[in-house]
Amino acid sequence: MRLEKRAQVSQAMLWGSPILAVLLTLVAGALLFVVMGYDPFASLRAFFVSPINSTYGLSELAVKASPLVLIATGLAVGFRAGVWNIGAEGQLTLGAIAGGGVALLFWGMEGPWILPLMCLAAIGGGMAWAAIPAFLRVRLGVSEILVSLMLAYVALLLLSALVYGPWKNPEAFNFPETRVFSDSALLPIILPGTRLHLGVAVTVVVVLLAWFFMTRTLFGYQVRVVGAAPAAARYAGFSRDRMVWISLLASGGLAGLAGLFEVAGPVGGQLLPTISPGYGFTAIIVAFLGRLNPLGILLAGLVVALSYLGGENAQIEVGLPQAVTGVFQGMLLFFLLATDVLVRYRVRFGAPRLAGA
Amino acid sequence: MDPWIAAVVTIIGAATPLLYAALGELVAERSGVLNLGVEGMMLVGAVTGFAVTATTGTAWLGIPAAALAGTLMALLFAVLTLTLLANQVATGLALTIFGIGLSALIGSGFVGRPVPQLPTLPIPILSAIPVLGPILFDHDVLIYLSFVMTALVAWFLARSRAGLVLRAVGENDEAAHGLGHGVVKVRYAAVLFGGLMAGLGGAFLSVSYTPMWIEQMTAGRGWIALALVVFAAWRPWRVLVGAYLFGGVTIFQLQAQGLGLLPVPSQVLSMLPYLATILVLVVSSLGPWRRRLNAPACLGRPFRATR
Repeated sequence: MRLEKRAQVSQAMLWGSPILAVLLTLVAGALLFVVMGYDPFASLRAFFVSPINSTYGLSELAVKASPLVLIATGLAVGFRAGVWNIGAEGQLTLGAIAGGGVALLFWGMEGPWILPLMCLAAIGGGMAWAAIPAFLRVRLGVSEILVSLMLAYVALLLLSALVYGPWKNPEAFNFPETRVFSDSALLPIILPGTRLHLGVAVTVVVVLLAWFFMTRTLFGYQVRVVGAAPAAARYAGFSRDRMVWISLLASGGLAGLAGLFEVAGPVGGQLLPTISPGYGFTAIIVAFLGRLNPLGILLAGLVVALSYLGGENAQIEVGLPQAVTGVFQGMLLFFLLATDVLVRYRVRFGAPRLAGA
Repeated sequence: MDPWIAAVVTIIGAATPLLYAALGELVAERSGVLNLGVEGMMLVGAVTGFAVTATTGTAWLGIPAAALAGTLMALLFAVLTLTLLANQVATGLALTIFGIGLSALIGSGFVGRPVPQLPTLPIPILSAIPVLGPILFDHDVLIYLSFVMTALVAWFLARSRAGLVLRAVGENDEAAHGLGHGVVKVRYAAVLFGGLMAGLGGAFLSVSYTPMWIEQMTAGRGWIALALVVFAAWRPWRVLVGAYLFGGVTIFQLQAQGLGLLPVPSQVLSMLPYLATILVLVVSSLGPWRRRLNAPACLGRPFRATR
């Protein structure tokens, strides 16, 4: 068996490969359940069907998908241009700290200006955190991969220091949590009886705007050229440094906003030591699964969000350890990377033809 | 024991997981492959080493099992990037995400279980030498092995013919291929060695340094190891120096937390190793250091034989 380069990228495989990857993940997952001694069909149903067979389940899916999609949309800009921000978890945390800090600053006050101010602070916080790897990359050539990731650990510790320290709720019997924000600082629920909040709607708007910018403007074209053909981009005068700044600030800002949406929404209007089950890291998978295309990311976010819901549900229904979620997410990305080879190569069996060799 | 000697001994312990992981990654990178999955390989090594030691009662089975587990993880990476030509950055990230999940799954039944700590094996006579004895000759088997591996890797890369081929593959894969060297084979071997070493580093954590299993117990050490390779300018002995430097930072912050030396929250002290990593990367890129950087020319570039 050998690989033969296609004359051009296969559009069919470009979109077929994520579907193939999801199917392979399901098969491998069923095998994993058998190995672990669980009924594979009951487990798969508990994982992928029963979490979403109700309106509430579907709304929870959207609530979990929203941060993933928001972050992945930002990351995709950088990934296309060859800028690897893998510290979105840290930028999410800084966004939550900055936005939540504003809410705590105006604690006890009400007004329609509080929530927008929190959003701006959150975007600024995420951007500031992402500006550090951008600056070091542009000025000193330091790997943005390692710096952004190290800062993720620092951000999580910073949140912990605040929640256990100066920002601790004085009336919470020493629990590590802040005060609960005032009502104006909470995201409005858009579907009564669920946790579906305004942030989910904002995410959809952001996706549509990102799609427009990436496919219909000169900027989006530049991003794609810088990633696909750096030499050509230099000739055309597209600045690589500018691309590093833009992609890190965009992804940092969106991750920060996602962090605020979590604390002002599903987390319940307060800062806790843990505010995200690794959305910033999982969004990397979502970005790739969605083909770095905002609309694809929307679909991919729903698929990956199901693995979170499924993990929780399978723990309750069949007693699977919740760590299965991480294994599923890792397998999904592996299968995607493996099937992606078919986008640029054809699999041939037998000896190479002389003409081509 | 003299407190300074005791401090050096604890620093060696804190540095050893980093030393293993960074040495392995160094060899992989010298062959031209960037594997960002070190954290994942270490975690799977740590949980496998712990689980086998806890189940069989002996680390003599647990340690080789950890090395094997790390190697298998690396094989997954090698097949994807070297055979299927997947993007190395993305695949490395996938390996880490998968490793975090898989180790948590394997380890879910082992949280809170004790294992006997790896015994120290003082070397007769030598360990009685003042100062040098306790620093060099009074450790457990994994620490001795880490000394040996550093020397071995340094010798292999600088002096052996196979090491020369490996470096050639990393510096100019087309030329090495033209000379008849199997670029992909060499890279497979280098990546698998990287996995083996990451597995051993993980095992050291879970059976010697802190003999227990906690989810994500590597706490970013795999990523710090990646930074150490850059800091060391891809030279084995400098990896050793860098690892011990980081061991020092780790021990300092633990001591400062324990004794309440500094008027800052413990979380701020815990940030130190991560901030030190960033500092080290910045220093490595500054003026006088920069010229000494010798990143392998083909690092991260996929290779596919066309002729």
